[in-house]
Amino acid sequence: MAKQSALRKTPNEIGQFDRLIHEPMRLRIVSALAAAPSLSFSDLKKLLRTTDGNVSVHARRLEEAEYIACTKSFEGRMPKTEYKLMPVGRRALEKYLDHMEAIIQAAREK
Amino acid sequence: MASVHVLRAVPKREPVELHSQAMDNLRVIRDTMERAGSFTGVPGWGGVAMGVSALLAAAVAQVQYPSVERWFLTWVLEAVVALAIGGFAMELKARSVHMSIFSPPGRKFALSFCPPLIVGALVTFVLYRSDVPNLIPGMWLCLYGTGIVSGGAFSVRIVPVMGLGFLALGCAAFFSSPVWNDAYLAAGFGGLHILFGVIIARRYGG
Repeated sequence: MAKQSALRKTPNEIGQFDRLIHEPMRLRIVSALAAAPSLSFSDLKKLLRTTDGNVSVHARRLEEAEYIACTKSFEGRMPKTEYKLMPVGRRALEKYLDHMEAIIQAAREK
Repeated sequence: MASVHVLRAVPKREPVELHSQAMDNLRVIRDTMERAGSFTGVPGWGGVAMGVSALLAAAVAQVQYPSVERWFLTWVLEAVVALAIGGFAMELKARSVHMSIFSPPGRKFALSFCPPLIVGALVTFVLYRSDVPNLIPGMWLCLYGTGIVSGGAFSVRIVPVMGLGFLALGCAAFFSSPVWNDAYLAAGFGGLHILFGVIIARRYGG
């Protein structure tokens, strides 16, 4: 349903997509968490081949928007940060995917 | 005195079209999801179930002696059961994150994991027919370990480490007395599967 309504939008309307996950690193974080039940900070960093600072900054932005949840714990004496995609984040990713598909569809219909 | 500046047309950068950027973004999403899926796609609880079935098989196989045929058949049946459990558990884990077991990472895992198993089946047949079944357990552990190491190369580090555990047990089985064969099989297919299965399930979501 959401997909169909997105497909009916004009390219101008389509341009109004979610800026929060449009940023490449945040988009990759959300996509990675959409395909795994949860990921630790170090796994996410390894998977996205990026730096600690990059993961940390962008994950915090996503956490503030409640797109992802972060839990901190200890594994032995080592601190462990675990990220999980929240329903809001999954819906945002689905909506973003619909927008991308709508843009491609609009270009094909031209 | 005024200086003379030569005016040159600045080459215009072609604007990136919106739809081409959209296609790039979709590609990024797909690639990242595929890599994350393969990263944690090894089923922990499935491994535990495989381990439990291997321990049961070891107990059953132990009482089949001196019939080598029945001992052999017990472990062959266990291999079929364990593969079915593993495949089903992978499918369940993939479904839980809206992925398919036949996605490119799943196929990549299968292409790395299956060749050593196929070789194992062939060598099993040869060793059994050549009347040297004592070598079969070490070979099974080594080739299964090889499959796990190569199939798990793109996964979390713990998966290839588990494969190395199988390789170590296989090597030990080759150089030990055949009376320990069932113990090695139980320790590998039972113990290692349960131990690493619990770790993977607790750390990587099932």
